[in-house]
Amino acid sequence: MNESFSVVREAVVLALLFVGALFLLLAGVGVVRMPDVFTRMSAATKAATLGTLCMLSAVAVYFNDFGVTVRSLLVIAFVFMTAPVAAHQIGRAAYFIGVELWSGTRLDELRGRYDAETHVLNSHTTRDDSASGETHDTD
Amino acid sequence: MNLTDNWIGATFVNLIYLMLMTAMLLAFVRLVYGKAAPDRVVALDLISAVVVAFTALYAVVTDQRELVDVAIGIALITFLGTIAFARYIERRARNDEE
Repeated sequence: MNESFSVVREAVVLALLFVGALFLLLAGVGVVRMPDVFTRMSAATKAATLGTLCMLSAVAVYFNDFGVTVRSLLVIAFVFMTAPVAAHQIGRAAYFIGVELWSGTRLDELRGRYDAETHVLNSHTTRDDSASGETHDTD
Repeated sequence: MNLTDNWIGATFVNLIYLMLMTAMLLAFVRLVYGKAAPDRVVALDLISAVVVAFTALYAVVTDQRELVDVAIGIALITFLGTIAFARYIERRARNDEE
């Protein structure tokens, strides 16, 4: 392999590592600064997934080897499939234990649509007093 | 080819280490001061993502390709942990209602 290609590859690896670390740093800032569980989860999940994508792409580019590339793609595919599932489970659990929404929340479309006993989602509202999803300031 | 051979690569690698450490520290702050249980689970999830990224970075810096397998293992186990925590929180809420 000639020298110039090696330099380019090194630059690509460093750029991917830097961008990935930046995404993870943003996820950390979001987790600390965001106002409620759901916005924190949104920041952490999306940014961390993209950060993992960049870091493992850097590994694949650096080693330039079939086995390592396949393993990196495996981790990337796995993270892309499982991160939304994990975030959904956390969000569902948070909603059921009644975590307070951010005071600036405009619309809570799930309000009144979950059966409190069976935890099944209905398309109609189960309680008459909360037919509208609008959050009230007095809450 | 080694990233830390020249000063540009070494500087960047140190900067990336610092950024990942800061991300882990911020997630740890949320883990300690999180108000509700889901906050802490989110923080743990982020910490696991940072650990996977750390493993990838360490594999590149030390030129050890075996560490990619470690990243696979960490990603698998922490996903199961997050799911277990979330379902535990939800089930505890359901049991309290009854």
